[in-house]
Amino acid sequence: MHSAEPIIELVGLGKEFYTASGPIKALDDINLSIGRGEIFGIIGLSGAGKSTLVRCINYLEIPTSGTVLFENKSLTAMRPREQRLARQSMGMIFQQFNLLAQRNVLQNVCFPLEIAGVSKKDAVDRAMELLEMVGLSDRSKAYPSQLSGGQKQRVAIARALATKPKILLCDEATSALDPNTTKSILSLLKEINKTLEVTVIVITHEMAVIEAVCDRVAIIDQSHIAEVGSVADLFSEPKSKIGRQLILGEAAERVIQFGDSKNVRITFDGRSSFEPVLSNMILACKVPINIIHAETKDINGTAMGQMVIQLPEDELDQKRIINYLKTAKITHEEVKSL
Amino acid sequence: MILDATTLNMLKLGVWETLYMTFTSSFFAYLFGIPLGIILIATDKDGIYPIPWFQRTLGIIINLLRSVPFIILLIMVIPITKLVVGTTLGASAVIPPLVIASAPYVARVVESSFKEVDAGVIEAAKSMGASPLQIIWKVLLPEAKPSLLVGAALSVTTILGYSAMSGFVGGGGLGDIAIKYGYYRYQTGMMFITVAILVIIVQIIQEAGMKLSRVSDKRIK
Repeated sequence: MHSAEPIIELVGLGKEFYTASGPIKALDDINLSIGRGEIFGIIGLSGAGKSTLVRCINYLEIPTSGTVLFENKSLTAMRPREQRLARQSMGMIFQQFNLLAQRNVLQNVCFPLEIAGVSKKDAVDRAMELLEMVGLSDRSKAYPSQLSGGQKQRVAIARALATKPKILLCDEATSALDPNTTKSILSLLKEINKTLEVTVIVITHEMAVIEAVCDRVAIIDQSHIAEVGSVADLFSEPKSKIGRQLILGEAAERVIQFGDSKNVRITFDGRSSFEPVLSNMILACKVPINIIHAETKDINGTAMGQMVIQLPEDELDQKRIINYLKTAKITHEEVKSL
Repeated sequence: MILDATTLNMLKLGVWETLYMTFTSSFFAYLFGIPLGIILIATDKDGIYPIPWFQRTLGIIINLLRSVPFIILLIMVIPITKLVVGTTLGASAVIPPLVIASAPYVARVVESSFKEVDAGVIEAAKSMGASPLQIIWKVLLPEAKPSLLVGAALSVTTILGYSAMSGFVGGGGLGDIAIKYGYYRYQTGMMFITVAILVIIVQIIQEAGMKLSRVSDKRIK
């Protein structure tokens, strides 16, 4: 999926904002390593610090402690001029697209090339090539106000890629779009990652986005990294409290209790979701169970699922099922109801 | 009051002098006002090149200049006028005080136009490695253009109003005629005619400014 060589490393990164009511820690001791060529997700609830984190990567926000290493070079040590040059190797797209309203589509895509000092002819050639790629070559003379949200984001993507960056930073890039448009933008990002070998960093508050495109993910909660790992691992076994909350959602902590019997959550990984786990268990234990909650997700082609089942009230029956799950090596845990 | 050839010629000269004073002063007011407006917005604590102490000091100087009543300023800058124009009488002599009075006003109008530019667009330009000068030249000015044109209509009509006041110190133009004939000689009819002409000029400038702004704005097509 990606080579081990990191393109971005964050070492002990911290950011404090000074407000009238005292300093606020937006980021605290963030350590992350993002590999060349991967699609890396950063997820968190609003206010967790994810937008500040992505702006520290290209130094739009200057961290108050720690370092950002881009291809092993410290952005902290660079002069403003060098930082601006480094930014040309990092494209960025935004939730609100941020296109220049007084420039047409073609001129918008040419904009970063003008800044980089590319000649007008070369800039137009490159821009048309990119508009072709995002499927908007026929709208090159249109102004942003004449485009739909999805088209605007495509223009923004073409613009962000104009200077052939090594990284594409996506700050809530699909949060203002409807589900279908989100899907098409996400597949475009995936395609760009594959064909242009651009490392993509995705900031979002939606698990569905992470699920759809990311190789690895970091969960950020209250200015800290709560958990980092492959998306498959996170979905099968979230370790942090926030991770469970984000992935299992409502089912994580809240299960409606029927009577006084025990509830057990079973998690399926790729292997077990193809086996009739439940049927086998019922046949083996000869005990009826009640399914309270169940869902399956497709993570990079493998089925990941979880199910909450209710056990009968008889203690012996309960033990039999727990023992069966243990011997069959199926991940499970007891769920405490409210 | 008779509208004979002499009176008509006088009115014609008045219109010409008024337009000359207004547009020459507006040109110079913008020559100083646009850079001042850019400096105000760029050096703001959240600006693209923050120097907060400088921004505050400049802000205070601009406010001080704007608080001096124009009629007082007209007299205060007579030595400067004499130095620059060589005379303190006539339409040209009113231009230095008009520029000094309106440049700070224009600076504020320009500043408020720049403030309307979406901060996200400026952030996007920064993310592409744009320098502060590139942001001013390629983002702030073009993106603020429709708003700058509306502001220009406002500024030019205000300067026109100021120029009419200069009649009190023998500055020429329609204001001068209104004061000489309408006020000193009680020719109310003449006063009404000059005021009517001024109203028409203001209307034309205002409408032209709005129209130019609408035509140039790519957001509403």
